[in-house]
Amino acid sequence: MTDLLPSIATAPVEFVPETVPTAESEGLAKSISPRRMALKRFLSHKPAVICTVILAMMVLFVVLSPLTARYGVNEAIFPTTAERSNRYISPSSEAWFGTDEIGRDLYSRLIYGTQVSLQIGLATAVIAVFIGTAVGAYAAMRGGFFDDVLMRVTDIFIAFPFLVALLVIRNMLGEVPWLEPILGERTSIRFVIFLLAVLVWTTVARVVRGQVLALKEREFIEASRAVGASNFRIVTRHLLPNSIGPILVALTFTVVLAIIAEATLSFFGFGPQLGSGATSLGNLVATSKENVLSGHWWMVIFPCVTLLLLALTINFVGDGLRDATDPKLQRGGGRA
Amino acid sequence: MTANGGSVLELRDFRVTFPTHFGDVMAVRGVDVDVAEGELLGVVGESGSGKSVTFLGLMGLLPRSARIEGSARIGGFELVGAPKKVINRVRGKRVAMIFQDPLSALNPVHRIGDQIVEMILSHQQMGKKAAWEKSVELLDIVGIPQPRERASQYPHEFSGGMRQRVMIAMAIANDPEVLIADEPTTALDVTVQAQILDVLQRIRQEMRTAVVLITHDLGVIARIADRVQVMYAGRVAERGDIGPIFAHPTHPYTQGLLNSIPALGRERLTPIPGAPPNMLQPPSGCAFRVRCPHAIDACAGDLPELRQLGDLATACIRAEELTALRSVS
Amino acid sequence: MVRFVVRRLIWAVPTILIVTFLVYVAIRIGTDPVASYLRSNQRASEAKVQEYIEQNGLYEGFGGYVKGYFQWLGGFLTGDWPHSIKGNQPVWPNLKDAMANTLRLGIIASLVGISIGLVFGVLAALKPGSLRDGGINTTALVMLSIPPFISAILLQMLFGVYTQRWFPDASWLHLPVAGVYPPGHQGFDPVLMAKHLILPVTVVAIQTVAIYSRYMRSSLLETLNSDYLRTARAKGISERRVLVRHAMRNAMLPIVTLAAIEFGALLGGLIITERIFSYPGLGDYFLTAYSNGDFPELMPWMVFVVIAVIVFNLLADLSYARLDPRIRLD
Repeated sequence: MTDLLPSIATAPVEFVPETVPTAESEGLAKSISPRRMALKRFLSHKPAVICTVILAMMVLFVVLSPLTARYGVNEAIFPTTAERSNRYISPSSEAWFGTDEIGRDLYSRLIYGTQVSLQIGLATAVIAVFIGTAVGAYAAMRGGFFDDVLMRVTDIFIAFPFLVALLVIRNMLGEVPWLEPILGERTSIRFVIFLLAVLVWTTVARVVRGQVLALKEREFIEASRAVGASNFRIVTRHLLPNSIGPILVALTFTVVLAIIAEATLSFFGFGPQLGSGATSLGNLVATSKENVLSGHWWMVIFPCVTLLLLALTINFVGDGLRDATDPKLQRGGGRA
Repeated sequence: MTANGGSVLELRDFRVTFPTHFGDVMAVRGVDVDVAEGELLGVVGESGSGKSVTFLGLMGLLPRSARIEGSARIGGFELVGAPKKVINRVRGKRVAMIFQDPLSALNPVHRIGDQIVEMILSHQQMGKKAAWEKSVELLDIVGIPQPRERASQYPHEFSGGMRQRVMIAMAIANDPEVLIADEPTTALDVTVQAQILDVLQRIRQEMRTAVVLITHDLGVIARIADRVQVMYAGRVAERGDIGPIFAHPTHPYTQGLLNSIPALGRERLTPIPGAPPNMLQPPSGCAFRVRCPHAIDACAGDLPELRQLGDLATACIRAEELTALRSVS
Repeated sequence: MVRFVVRRLIWAVPTILIVTFLVYVAIRIGTDPVASYLRSNQRASEAKVQEYIEQNGLYEGFGGYVKGYFQWLGGFLTGDWPHSIKGNQPVWPNLKDAMANTLRLGIIASLVGISIGLVFGVLAALKPGSLRDGGINTTALVMLSIPPFISAILLQMLFGVYTQRWFPDASWLHLPVAGVYPPGHQGFDPVLMAKHLILPVTVVAIQTVAIYSRYMRSSLLETLNSDYLRTARAKGISERRVLVRHAMRNAMLPIVTLAAIEFGALLGGLIITERIFSYPGLGDYFLTAYSNGDFPELMPWMVFVVIAVIVFNLLADLSYARLDPRIRLD
């Protein structure tokens, strides 16, 4: 090596390093993709992981109803006889969660009901996210009047009491005749899903709009444009994939919102009324209202706790997702 | 290398370590610094060389988790290991610091005058009005026009260069013995840069403040520094008066830095190949050896220490050899 | 600053008009006032029905709607409000009482929520990543996840039935679970009123404490990581002063804005809680009016809610402009 070069201080030098520096030899850390990093962060968030497991178990349990339910949804556990009524039996070996006013097993009904509510929640969330993402991304890209109008409208939507908007819009949607074939009866699941989706998409739109706006000005977008990518391509191939984090978070929160909203609707008797005794979690929670002062505690506790658990676990999963995908929310070390 | 008998600021074997998820990051690995009264020391290095961390560390401005070892003295007073209350009495009074981005460094909801007054009143006994007067005076000293009106304004109403002047005014409010400037001109336009450097120069001359100017820009150093200290990978590579450093640097890193400055007559740019080292596991021995054109096996051995070589102090074990080679060709 | 206020006020007026018009249309379509009238007054004569339609401006068709809206607006602004459908009562006294009750509940719950929530938020932000921080965050999220009507039902069951059963002698535990006063009570009794407020306030406070603590935590964390805090410390001032004059001062900014918006939304949002506790507030008022399809009672309620939302949003913007000097001129 000593013979490699003459003058040092003045003349420029063509330098060829002895060994080609690799990542390891330079002592650089191995690269991890952002997705892997997000996954790692999520997994280190203990409450979120525990809740994901619990949620998965709950969903599995509910979905496998042929195996887990003990009776049919409208089936009395045994027919009422003169010696023994089947009404309001407190939890026992025959009915783990007790029975209701016509002797049906609350445990099984809870399983079927949760199935229905989960369906509603998921469907609503998917539709709302779809619409919200499309509108939000469009507004962010377009800017101008459309964007302003969207912001104003969502401002009002969001600030208005949810329940009031829910009830009023429910009525309105029900009165418009040409919508009926699409939405179905006011008491059908389909109607409820659409109703909730209409109310909830605005929050998603705002989130997506915010995210796209933030990303729009970044250099990699400018670079794409310089290469001649169309707006549509930029949105679908760059902006949206980079917004997956907030969109996923929005999805989880809308599921919770929808499930709770369905329960709220049922509370006032406006929830999905499925025929032949079928029920939803919301319905079960709503009927608990009447049983508070009557001492049939199982009618209150089990549905409420189920709803609570569902809301809790989904919220925690959503929170964990948010922490995992949002780089700003670092748990920093305090300064001296 | 000290003038007027004794350094105002003295660091010996200063070390800073950050414990992280992946292990200990050894940002500063045994650094010595001496600055005398009225002297301007330029500290030069790439990002990650530890130049800022050293001085943030002595000011006590690093995260709680940082481990600081060694010695750092202001006028003989030891800062490492000193209790919080003591450090607070020294910070802002005997040693002051200004930072790179003056916009984010000033509190946006307090008036400029109030922020300077806060600096004054935390170390001097004075009435509020007197302190306000003093802050107007300070703004005038650093060259802010209409200082009285300006003092009632907010940071966002000032331009970048003016904000940096405000930071300087705040820093000299209590007549500190040492002023540390961490990349003060990096965020500014070139023309404004020159103005800020002039302000620093004036302060150094008129108030006899010792100034430490941290930067990665050799042009800035060339303009006003008395002495230069070149840092690499948490250690000092070379040190000396500004003339000798620019004329005949002995450390290959310093040479590389000087070579990579675009200049008239140079046909091609010669950057230093490679990248700064990972401070989790810096290379053994001299950290620069993986990018050095003159590295030999011995360079991977012990950590090279600074030693005097003529009018420079260098940490390259082959310094004499390479100088000799050069004079031969 | 004044120009800013005036401009926002000018914008607010057409917004209120448009929104109230939309609400008017929605309610007319949704509740069908004529049918509701007939439901409540089944033996009304043709003439009476016609009179009712005239009084309330319930004309058909788009032109009719517009005409009806302005007629209603005129009446509303002059204080000439039609009587309710059910029982032909003047609307204002009930509305006034309902407003007072809800305001009481809302203000107390907000104060409780803000004071406790802010303290926890600060505690969490001061030691990020610690057990304390994790604990506060988890608790806040749990509290947020509990839908208010579930906590209302459970609390009602606990205190309405079970405290009597399990602790029959501890009468202080037997909290009232309904109404503003025990049935049949006359006159003003602050202690009794307070007792009746405990459970509803708790239900609302569970939400508000969680919201404010999370907001405070993130706001303070962001402030704590900012450069000007480093400058403040470099000045050598005490850590306490750094925290209060610099960190907290800046962190409170978004909180004030949030508080304004939250309170505006609170007023109409207590519906279910009030229903469960039979608390005669605005929410309960709405439900009764709505189920009766009582148009004269519904419209003023709607207007007040809309105005409250818009006014509080305006207050939020104003407070932000006032407190953050960067937004002075607009």
